[in-house]
Amino acid sequence: MNLEGKTALVTGASRGIGKAIALELACHGADVAVNYAGNEQKAKEVADEIQAMGRRSFIVQCDISDSDAVQAMVKETVAQFGRLDILVNNAGITRDNLIMRMKDQEWDDVINTNLKGVFLCTKAVTRQMMKQRSGRIINISSVVGRIGNAGQANYTAAKAGVIGLTKASARELAARGITVNAIAPGFIATDMTDKLPAEAKEQLIGQIPLGTLGDTADIAAAAAFLASDGAKYITGQVLGVDGGMAM
Amino acid sequence: MADVLERVTKIIVDRLGVEESQINLDAKFKEDLGADSLDVVELVMELEDEFDMEISDDDAENITTVGDAVTYINSKN
Repeated sequence: MNLEGKTALVTGASRGIGKAIALELACHGADVAVNYAGNEQKAKEVADEIQAMGRRSFIVQCDISDSDAVQAMVKETVAQFGRLDILVNNAGITRDNLIMRMKDQEWDDVINTNLKGVFLCTKAVTRQMMKQRSGRIINISSVVGRIGNAGQANYTAAKAGVIGLTKASARELAARGITVNAIAPGFIATDMTDKLPAEAKEQLIGQIPLGTLGDTADIAAAAAFLASDGAKYITGQVLGVDGGMAM
Repeated sequence: MADVLERVTKIIVDRLGVEESQINLDAKFKEDLGADSLDVVELVMELEDEFDMEISDDDAENITTVGDAVTYINSKN
């Protein structure tokens, strides 16, 4: 897989899956803009690591649920790199609660970042990619968006929404040479899953046919593939990287 | 005015692959010139570049004919 000469913007790239994807794209030759919401230091470390590979990289702070901020972020990325080939919509949050107890704010926060944020970033890059007549948009959904999860009504709804958005944008943009696909990770060892109690984790692993949590590298490899020329005939698809949880 | 129409015409001919003779101020992008919705969005983007201006989404929605585009550009210059 060769991504040399390609430029990418990865949202939520300061840690976890986003970080792994940013590094993997750079490892295959891409220049990568590292978006983060709060942790500037961590984002800077990722950008430094990418620069150490001889690729261009910079950090860009942005709350992706803020339309104006998203437009400014994409504008800056295009200004710095001259073009934008790959967008990875990875940034996401959780506010888990049972439906009975879920506050409106918890619902809204998750939908605004995890679903509206994907829409805003997609909208913002579309202009540039349409002009280029090429582009790759990779949305990070989740296995729970396909099979549901108790205690995550908001997160599940947002991630299922991302799958619908992926298919709609794939159809709209196909004629312009832009592909849009989703990756649906299963349970991946990150800060997000570290927070789970040991007992819940045990139970989780019991539901995974391959019998272990996934690694961020598993998701990064799938993202690099979808960004590569080898995936040029794939659009509107959901690639499960979940140890077989959803079949 | 003539100059704006000339430049707009050239962009439309390039983008939509229509004959220059099909283009007049009353020609509708979709009905008369065979553009789909995305073609119109792209046309507006090219007009923005050509005339170095930003056309808001609200304004863009009201540009449906060649004449609309020319009038809009003249009103901003």
